[in-house]
Amino acid sequence: MAPKTIIEKIWEQHIVHREEGKPDLLYIDLHLVHEVTSPQAFEGLRMNNRKVRRPDLTYATMDHNVPTINRHIINDPISKKQMTTLEQNCKEFGIELADINHPDQGIVHVIGPELGLTQPGKTIVCGDSHTSTHGAFGALSFGIGTSEVEHVLATQTLWQSRPKTLQIKVTGKLGFGVTAKDLILAVIAKYGVNAGTGYIMEYTGEAIRELSMEERMTVCNMSIEAGARAGLISPDEKTVEYLRGRRYAPQGEEFEKAAERWLALATDEGAEYDLTLEIAGEDIEPQVTWGTNPSMGSGISASVPNPEQFERQADRESVSRALDYMDLQAGTKLEDIPVDYVFIGSCTNSRLSDLRAAAEVAKGRQVQEGITAIVVPGSQTVKQAAEAEGLDKIFTEAGFEWRESGCSMCLAMNDDIVPSGKRCASTSNRNFEGRQGNGSKTHLVSPPMAAAAAVTGKFTDVRKLAKVHQ
Amino acid sequence: MEAINKFNGIVCPLNRVNVDTDQIIPKQFLKRIERQGFGQFLFHHWRFDDEGNKREDFVMNQMQYENAEILVAGENFGCGSSREHAPWALLDYGFRVVIAPSFADIFYNNCVKNGILAIRLTEEEVNGIMEKAQEPGYRLFINLKDQDITDRKGFTAEFDIDPYWKEMLLNGWDEIAVTLNLDEDIRSYEQKIGSGI
Ligand code: SF4
Repeated sequence: MAPKTIIEKIWEQHIVHREEGKPDLLYIDLHLVHEVTSPQAFEGLRMNNRKVRRPDLTYATMDHNVPTINRHIINDPISKKQMTTLEQNCKEFGIELADINHPDQGIVHVIGPELGLTQPGKTIVCGDSHTSTHGAFGALSFGIGTSEVEHVLATQTLWQSRPKTLQIKVTGKLGFGVTAKDLILAVIAKYGVNAGTGYIMEYTGEAIRELSMEERMTVCNMSIEAGARAGLISPDEKTVEYLRGRRYAPQGEEFEKAAERWLALATDEGAEYDLTLEIAGEDIEPQVTWGTNPSMGSGISASVPNPEQFERQADRESVSRALDYMDLQAGTKLEDIPVDYVFIGSCTNSRLSDLRAAAEVAKGRQVQEGITAIVVPGSQTVKQAAEAEGLDKIFTEAGFEWRESGCSMCLAMNDDIVPSGKRCASTSNRNFEGRQGNGSKTHLVSPPMAAAAAVTGKFTDVRKLAKVHQ
Repeated sequence: MEAINKFNGIVCPLNRVNVDTDQIIPKQFLKRIERQGFGQFLFHHWRFDDEGNKREDFVMNQMQYENAEILVAGENFGCGSSREHAPWALLDYGFRVVIAPSFADIFYNNCVKNGILAIRLTEEEVNGIMEKAQEPGYRLFINLKDQDITDRKGFTAEFDIDPYWKEMLLNGWDEIAVTLNLDEDIRSYEQKIGSGI
């Protein structure tokens, strides 16, 4: 048999119906649902007298709107309405829900893996573009719109055109102080926000193999920022060990059988991709974005670029617009840019290892005066684990606020908003205009870089702060 | 969704690349639980200043584009969040056709599902249209069946579209109903794989 990529293997296993000249009808193994992109889909079902075909393959939580302080006081009546609507819909259609009071509540892309719902070889969808996160396990997972949410609820399938395959190969090793977040930001800076459009990406190479499961999630999470609907990593022993004993993973003997199946999904030696892009792990520095999309970024030792240095007219214009919006001068060193806010959280960087890495930098230091710094764990489970090892204390003693789990300042749909004109070092995934609040200026960084910005008052190469303990 | 085949309308040129769905519809307007009523919030921060006054220099606020129904933009239009509120807002505002050199994948699908025709043309063709659309009343004529676009000045271009999406749009089909006709296939697949998460 011809060698195949994991992408082709999963695809072929899920074809329900194939016809010449049409996309394939794929079966969906897991459908994750949250409060913002689902109400219209449930309403559509009701209007057409349709049922949810497989409530047992559907799992819901509340994350986008939930407050991260005083959880039970939801000031915004419309946020509240979205949450109660989800509650009612889950009840009516028989869907399991981790609501705001539930011990499993958290950001949908943090809790899926945590509960063992996410498994290699599954097709996973959610009405949220960062569903690509689950690809870290070797699952084919992608974001869908609300009409597609309705389609999956009603049929448990989705029409999908066969995508092209793109290999992102990260060779060598990452240097000291360089994280998975820096890796993916560097890939996007090098190849652009458009590089993956029309493709499904697989990350390969030594630097990827070396990453922990949580780090792999950070990488796959941002596949969509490179334009790809899905990005995944072939499963290996780390994947299997992460899932062992998780609540929704197979147990006992069943687990061993599943593990065998999972490992067999890995891309075959010699399989071909439609396109391969490479980056050298050693060349990657801690990254900071300076513009208004995730590709507008560079290593911390660089300066804000001059729009004139870009070849294409369209790029010159958008960089110059971005610098206007960000209120930055070409030539300013990234290390000279002061910050007003620091946000550590989001489905990109709110897992236990992210919080540990940030705490290591924060420990024994103080958030600079005038800076608001908040830490928002990705789930209640992460929060409890972090508290059990005293990370909350380290953060609060250093002057950070310690919050409840949710999306929070990643998109500022609740009360966690960066005020107009203020500048934020953020571990989230999007630096679009107004993303963290109207007029807010977002710089994307890793958790240690965010903590370093909080304690020094400006972007700082975290390698200069860290004790060298290799 | 409403079927679409022959369509003509005034063209509004939005000369920006990588327009993300956070700009098309900012998140503070995602809180409705209906599909309607999003048009008023379309490109909110570009159309209005912090006090809610119209920004006169933004293209959509210029009188000549008031009744535009075709939006032309730069590459990678609709990137970012998967929010379907973006095509809902475009449609509700009055745009039935969007033309760009490329679209983000999820946004493109979301358009089709709502009867918005998203057309990919070459960068050169798009730039040409942007220029001509400076003139008041500039219209494009679209024929989905023949997959071509013309204007009154002799411009013609052909465009590609997946035959399946084309059929959907031409007929205004309800995709769920189409799929439910394949219930047999879905059931036999489910039997094959067994059940449970
Ligand atoms: S944390 Fe941000 S990016 Fe992730 S799901 Fe929530 S809003 Fe979306």
